[in-house]
Amino acid sequence: MDTSPEPAESVKVLEVENLVAQYGERIILDGVSLDVHEGEIMIIMGGSGSGKSTLLRHLMGLERRASGTIRMLGQDTAALTGQEKLELHKRIGVAFQGGALFSSMTVGENIMLPLQEHTDLDLRTMEIMARMKLEVVDLAGFEDLMPSELSGGMIKRAAFARAIVMDPKILFCDEPSAGLDPVVASALDDLILRMRDALGMSIVVVTHELDSAFKIADRMTVLDAGRILFIGTPDELRAEQSERIQNLLHRRTEEETGDPEEYLRRLLGERLDKEGHP
Amino acid sequence: MNHEVTEEGKAIVVALEGDVDLSSSPDARKILLECVRKGRPVIVDMAGVSYIDSSGVASLVESLQGARKAGCEFALAAISEPALRVLHLARLDTVFTIHESREAALAELG
Repeated sequence: MDTSPEPAESVKVLEVENLVAQYGERIILDGVSLDVHEGEIMIIMGGSGSGKSTLLRHLMGLERRASGTIRMLGQDTAALTGQEKLELHKRIGVAFQGGALFSSMTVGENIMLPLQEHTDLDLRTMEIMARMKLEVVDLAGFEDLMPSELSGGMIKRAAFARAIVMDPKILFCDEPSAGLDPVVASALDDLILRMRDALGMSIVVVTHELDSAFKIADRMTVLDAGRILFIGTPDELRAEQSERIQNLLHRRTEEETGDPEEYLRRLLGERLDKEGHP
Repeated sequence: MNHEVTEEGKAIVVALEGDVDLSSSPDARKILLECVRKGRPVIVDMAGVSYIDSSGVASLVESLQGARKAGCEFALAAISEPALRVLHLARLDTVFTIHESREAALAELG
């Protein structure tokens, strides 16, 4: 695995500048900036409520930002027409956390769906492409099964097959290892590395699985309370001495290290006034 | 994508050039299937292919199947390293007959 930080010559496929996201009055992302380079695996991690899932949804174009810029494959996503958005989405793959396979379709039909939606390819070509991707994810021969007949790990792999069927330039993965046993999770990590190496795609992975993150990351972004706490290589992250980073790496939550009085006030729904009094 | 079809000895050589992707692979498929139906050895010279995606590889697979049905040989020549990686990922490098160069393929099939 290449862990060299930001090769100077490499192309940026994703550029996020000062992204602010809010739901009502509540700010979820507060000035997030990061880049992802061609062929790079970028891990986005953070504790519960850090904003990592919100960031992913913004990158996938599923949410409207309050302010800031997202440039994807050189295009400002806010400035695109409907047709341009469609063209951009053809070059992006998404592997959702739960697989998001259509239960009424076979595995093969699920994988062919993006091709049927976005291309005029011959059906025979689409079938071969779907089977090729099933080979890649070690699900050869499963195309005629229904999603309900697959295990959790197989559903994740089938979702990967669908996400890469159009050979995307950028692949977004939401918690790929969540809910899987360690052996299956490790195999999925290997698959992500193989796809990057063979297809040269850039892969953005949101995960809270530390072992997986350190295994596959070229760089890692750590979010905390909607802000970037750290961006760097796995080695740089391990060497980072800040208490918050160390808490994250050792799975200590803010609640465990926080003020008990503050915790009690949260439970009781009490708020402090401007002077800090209950 | 550009292409050139030439007859060299017994073989038909299809030289592909440029990107073989979602927009151009239907053309590549049509050309290759027409060639394999002639029942003569077909060599796909990929020296000029800068990029091939899954739809392009699927077209090669379909053409290989067509060649087998027609009882003729089908080989790939001068594949670039990135294209070979795509074939390897889908374990197709073991399925195709691959020659280092057009000349090497012609020595075998021409």
